[in-house]
Amino acid sequence: MSGFGGFLLRRAAGTVVTLLAISVIVYVVFYVTPGNVAQITCGPRCSPEQVHQVAEQLKLGDPLYVRYWHFLQGLFVGQDFSTGTSVEHCAAPCLGQSYQTGQQVLDIILAKLPVSVSLVLGAMVLWLLLGIGTGVLSAWRRGRLSERVLTAVTLAGTATPVFVIGLVLMIVVCGELQLLPFPQYVNFSDDPEQWAWNLLLPWLSLALIEAASFARLTRAAMLETLAEDHIRTFRAYGVAERSVVGRHALRGALAPVIALNANNVGSAIGGAVLTETLFGLPGIGQELVHAVKVVDLPVVVGMVLVTGFFVVLANAVADVLYAVADRRVVLA
Amino acid sequence: MSRMEAADAGRAGAADTGRAGAADMRADMSLVEVTDLTVEFGALRAVDGLSFSLAKGAALALVGESGSGKSTVAGALLGLHRGTGARVGGAVRVAGTDVQAASEEELRRLRGARAAMVFQDPLSSLDPYYAIGDQIAEVYRVHARVSRRAARARAVDVLDRVGIPDAARRSRSRPHEFSGGMRQRALIAMALACEPDLLIADEPTTALDVTVQAQILDLLHGLRAETGMGLLLVTHDVGVAAESADDILVMRHGRAVERGPVAAVLAAPAEPYTRELLDAVPRVDARRTGSPATDEVVLEATGVRREFGRGKRAFAAVDDVSVTVRRGETLGVVGESGSGKTTLGRMLVGLLEPTAGEIRYAGRPHTGVNPAVQMVFQDPVSSLNPRRSVGESIADPLRARGDRDEARIRGRVRELLERVGLEGAHYDRYPHEFSGGQRQRIGIARALAAEPRAIVCDEPVSALDVTTQAQVVALLGELQRELGLALVFIAHDLAVVRQVSDRVAVMRRGRLVEYGPADEVYDTPREPYTQQLLAAVPALDPELAARRRAARRTPAAA
Amino acid sequence: MSEALAAVGTAGTDSSVPAVSGARQFWRRLRAQRAALGAAAVVALLVLVALAAPLLTALEGQDPTTYHPALVDSARGGVPIGSFGGIGADHWLGVEPQTGRDMFARLVYGARVSLGVALAATMIQVAIGVAAGVAAALGNRWVDQLLSRATDVIVSMPLMIMALALLAIVPSSFPRPVLVTLVIGLIGWGTIAKIVRAQTLSLKGLDYVSAARLSGWGTWRVARRELLPGLAAPVITYAALLVPTNISVEAALSFLGVGVKPPTPSWGQMLTAADVWYQAAPQYLLLPAGALFVTVLALTVLGDGVRTALDPRAASRLRVGTGRKDAAAQKGAAQDTAAQDSAAQESAATGKEASA
Repeated sequence: MSGFGGFLLRRAAGTVVTLLAISVIVYVVFYVTPGNVAQITCGPRCSPEQVHQVAEQLKLGDPLYVRYWHFLQGLFVGQDFSTGTSVEHCAAPCLGQSYQTGQQVLDIILAKLPVSVSLVLGAMVLWLLLGIGTGVLSAWRRGRLSERVLTAVTLAGTATPVFVIGLVLMIVVCGELQLLPFPQYVNFSDDPEQWAWNLLLPWLSLALIEAASFARLTRAAMLETLAEDHIRTFRAYGVAERSVVGRHALRGALAPVIALNANNVGSAIGGAVLTETLFGLPGIGQELVHAVKVVDLPVVVGMVLVTGFFVVLANAVADVLYAVADRRVVLA
Repeated sequence: MSRMEAADAGRAGAADTGRAGAADMRADMSLVEVTDLTVEFGALRAVDGLSFSLAKGAALALVGESGSGKSTVAGALLGLHRGTGARVGGAVRVAGTDVQAASEEELRRLRGARAAMVFQDPLSSLDPYYAIGDQIAEVYRVHARVSRRAARARAVDVLDRVGIPDAARRSRSRPHEFSGGMRQRALIAMALACEPDLLIADEPTTALDVTVQAQILDLLHGLRAETGMGLLLVTHDVGVAAESADDILVMRHGRAVERGPVAAVLAAPAEPYTRELLDAVPRVDARRTGSPATDEVVLEATGVRREFGRGKRAFAAVDDVSVTVRRGETLGVVGESGSGKTTLGRMLVGLLEPTAGEIRYAGRPHTGVNPAVQMVFQDPVSSLNPRRSVGESIADPLRARGDRDEARIRGRVRELLERVGLEGAHYDRYPHEFSGGQRQRIGIARALAAEPRAIVCDEPVSALDVTTQAQVVALLGELQRELGLALVFIAHDLAVVRQVSDRVAVMRRGRLVEYGPADEVYDTPREPYTQQLLAAVPALDPELAARRRAARRTPAAA
Repeated sequence: MSEALAAVGTAGTDSSVPAVSGARQFWRRLRAQRAALGAAAVVALLVLVALAAPLLTALEGQDPTTYHPALVDSARGGVPIGSFGGIGADHWLGVEPQTGRDMFARLVYGARVSLGVALAATMIQVAIGVAAGVAAALGNRWVDQLLSRATDVIVSMPLMIMALALLAIVPSSFPRPVLVTLVIGLIGWGTIAKIVRAQTLSLKGLDYVSAARLSGWGTWRVARRELLPGLAAPVITYAALLVPTNISVEAALSFLGVGVKPPTPSWGQMLTAADVWYQAAPQYLLLPAGALFVTVLALTVLGDGVRTALDPRAASRLRVGTGRKDAAAQKGAAQDTAAQDSAAQESAATGKEASA
C-alpha cells in the first residue's frame, strides 16, 4: 500500500510543521512580546540582581533568531544552564527551569503527568461508550418517547459546564449521600482499585459533557447515513433493520465521530484543569493554575508546549484512524 | 403477440364474476399484477390509479418524464414506501406475494430473493466502507442458509457472470475503486445472487456514458435470455426502452397514457402525448437545417492544453486542441465523461487559463473573461444565485457595463425575459419559483444581456426532460438566427449535438479525435472511436436495436 | 407549457444551495420551533436583565460591591444571618457568606460580565475566522497554505490552557473583562475559519459565481455580492453555538480565579467558594450555577433553532466540518435527470417530517 505509506509520510511531515509553528508562536508570545522578559520569567518576587542574572542566562542581548535557536536546541538536544556558580545540564526535551523553585520544568510536568493522563484517558473511555451508545440508541428509536427523553438529557448535558457538574456531583455523592469519600489521588501502581474508585467522580464530571456532544454527533451522523442511497439498497434486498442500522449506518457514522474525538481532546484538557482544581487532584492542570497565579512563566510555557504536543498528536492519530476508516481520504 | 394483458380490468366492473375469475387465473400466471395503484405523499398524488401486469420472463418498460411517478411505482413493487409516510392504495402482487398485506418478514423474503432491484446511481447505491464481494455475500446470506465462505464464493461467481474481469480479486475492492460501469455491473451481480424471478431496474444507465450504457443494456439482455427472469425497466429514455423491453407503458402525472408492444407504440403512437414525447426525442440521423452559418471567425482555440494538479499527480484535461467557431455557426463538442469537453468550454470563455496555446477572439489573442463571450451552464439549480432575484442576475452584465439608469435596466431585462419565453413581470421572483427549463431560459437571458457574439453552452439541456429539452434547443436556434450568434454546444448526447451543430468536434481523454462538418462525422465517421460512439446510441427501432446488438457482440466474441 | 407544473416541489432539492431567499423565511422557520422560541425569550430576558442591571439594583436599593459585615455571623465563620442565606425584603436573594454583599445585585451584574464577554469574544472570533477563511479560500496557493497552517496551529492550542497562560503574563493593571474577552476572541477562531474556508471553496465552484465573473464584475464585487451572502448561514449558525461555549469558558476562567477579578462580580467566580458554603448558604451555590445552566441551555437551544431555520439539511453536517460529501452530492445531482423524479417524493417526505 504505497498510497497509504505516502499518506502517513505527508501527515507526519504536517505534524512536525505544526509543532514547530506552535513552538515559534509560544516563543514569540511569551519570550518576546512582554516588555521585561527577564522580570516576568524570574517572577514577581525576584530582586534586581536575580533579574539581571536571568537576563544573562536567557542571553537577552542576542538577536531574536539566535535566542529562538537556543530554545529549539533545548527542546531537541538539551541545553546547559549556568546558574552563576555551577553549570547545570538540562536534557532534551529541555523546557527550561523554574526560577521560583529551582526545579526543571520537565521534572515538574513528568511528576504530575500520570494523574492527568489517568483522568483524561479514563474519561475518554467513558465518554466514548456513553456518547456513542446514547447516540446510536436515539437514532434507532427515532420519533419515539425514549428518543425525546434522550435528546433532552443530552441537551442538558451539553449545557452544563464541567465545574458545575463536578461541584454538584461532589456535593451530592460525597457530601450529602456520603457514597464515596472526597477523592484522593492514589497511584495506579500502588492500588489499582483505589485508583479507580477515587477517580470515578472526576471521570464522570469530565466525561458527561463530552459524552453529550458525542451523543448529538453520533445521532446526527447516523441519521444522515440512514438517508443515503446505499441504505435503501440493503433495505430493498431484505437485509434486517438491525443489521442495516448496526452494521451499515454505524459504520458510516464512525468517521465523523473519530474526527470529533480529536477536537475534544483539546477541550477535555481544559476540562481536566477544572476537574483537577475542583477535586484537588495533583495533576498538571492544578500545577498550571498554581503557576499562573504565582506567575512562574517557564512552568506555564512548558505546560502550553506539552498540552499542545498532546493535542497535535491526538489530531494526527485521529487523521490516520479516519483514513483507515475511510480509505477514500487517502486518494484525495 | 403482446405478453402484456389489457390490465385495466381491475378498474372496470368488479361485479362481473366471470372477469374476476379470469383475473385470478391471470394472477397465477403473471409475475407482477398491479391493480389500481395510488401512492400519495402528503397532498401530492405521485401515482394515480395505475394498473398493469407483467408475465413471467417478460420485459416491460415504464417510460415517463420527471414527475410522472415511474420510480415511485418501482418502489411500490417491493413495498419500499412502508414507514416513509406515503399512503399506498390498490393492490400489488409480485411473484405470488401480496405486497400490501405482507408481513415485514414476508416482504423481506420477497426483496432480493424473488424480486431484486438495480438503482440509478451505482456509486451511492453501494456501501462505501465494505468490499463489494462482502456486500453481495451479505445480501445472499439473508436469503440462503449458507456459510460465510460459500456466500463469498457465490459473490465471486455472480461478479464473474456479469463480466467483472478477475472477479476473485476485484471482489475485495471497495466501490470507489471501480469505474461507473463496473459498479453498475456489481449492482446487477448483487441482484443476480439469489436468482430472482423479477429484476426491477430504476434508470440503470442514466448515470453512465453511452458506450458503457450499451454494454450494460447488452448485459441485461443476455442475462434475461440466460435466466428467464422478468424485467421491469424504469427509464426516461425512450431509446433505452426500445433497446431492452418487449412492452412499453408511457406514464404522465401518475397515470398510464399509452401501452403496448414497443415496436407498435413507437411506430404508431395513438395518444397525442406519446407523439409529442417521441417527436421531442432527438434523432442521431436528423441533419441540421436552416443554419445561418457564415465564414467570419469569432472564437478560436489554437493548440490549447490545460493541466490540473502538480508534480506526479499532474494530468492534462485538454491536450493540444484547436477549434474555430464562426458567426452564425454552431460547433458541437461531444465526448464521454473525462473527455475534457467542459474544460475546453471554460477556456473558451476565459474562466480557465490554458497552460499552453491560446484563445483568440475576433482574430486577436484574449486572456481572461470577455463579456462578448458568454456561457450557459448545465445545472439549472446552481447556475442562479438563490438569494438574488432573477431580474438582478440578468441585469448584472448591464450594470457591470456601467449602466446606471434603473428604468432602462428594468426595461431591458423585461425585454430579455420575454425574448426567452418568460414573462417580463418575473423580474422580482427568485430562482426557486421556476422549473428547471425556465431557469435555463433565465440563464440564456443573462447571457444575452451582455450582448455577446459567442455563447458556450455546457450541457445546457442534459438536466431537462426531453420535451423541455426540445424547447430550449429550439430557442437557442432562433436566437442564433436572429442575432448571428456563434454557438459552442457541449453535450454527451450525440443525437442532440447532431440536431444543432454545423460542425462537430469529438473529444476523448482531452484530445480531439475527429473534427469536421456534422454530416460527415455522423454519416461517415473515420475514427474507430467515433464509430463506436455512434453504434452505442440507443435506436428507437427495436429491430434495428437487435441488429446493432448482434453486431456489437460479434467483435466482442472474435 | 408543461414546465410550469414541474416547478412544484423543486425548491431546495440541492442541499449545497440553502434555499434561503430572505430573512422572512428564516423567521418563519424559527417561529415554527417552539423550543427555540422559548429559548429566544429566555435569552431576551437575560439580555434585558444585564442591560437594566443598575436599574434593577436601584429598585432593590442595593449595589454589588458594598460589604455588609452586620449581616453575616462572624462567629460561625461568616455564615449569612437569617433563613436561606439571609433572604428578605432588603436582600431579595440573600447575601454572600463572609462579605455580606447582596446576591441579587451580584447575580444581575454577573449577567453583564457573562453575556458581555461572551458576545464580544464571539464577535472577535467571527471577524478573524471569516477574514482568515475567506482569504485562504480566495487567495493563491501560498496564502492558502500559510493561513490553513496557522488555523491548524490555532486549533491545536487548547483554549483553556492558552487563556490561562496569557492571563499570567499580562500586567494586572489591564482591565480584566476586556483582557478575558480578547484572550478568548484571539484564540478561539480556528474552527470558524475552517468552516468558512470550506464553504467559500464550495461556493466558489458554483456556476452562478462563474456567471457573475463572466458578466464583467471584478473579483471584489463578485466576492461581496455572490460569495459573502452564501456564508451568512453557516457563520450565523456557528456563531450562535459559539456564544454558549464562550460563556462557559469565561465562567471557568473566573472559577479558577484567573478571569474576572473581584470586586467585579462574575458567576464563575461566585462558584469558587460555593462548595464550602453549600450547607449553610445553599443559594450561594444554586443561584450562579442555575444562572449559568439556564443561560448556556437557552443559548444552545436557540443556536440549534437558528441552525435548523437557516439550513435544515446541512444542520447535522456543520459539526463535522468536511465539505467532501457535499461536492460529491453536487456532482451527482447535476448529472441525473431522473433524480428529479424522486424530488417530489423527497420534498413531500421532508415536509411531513417538519410538520411532525
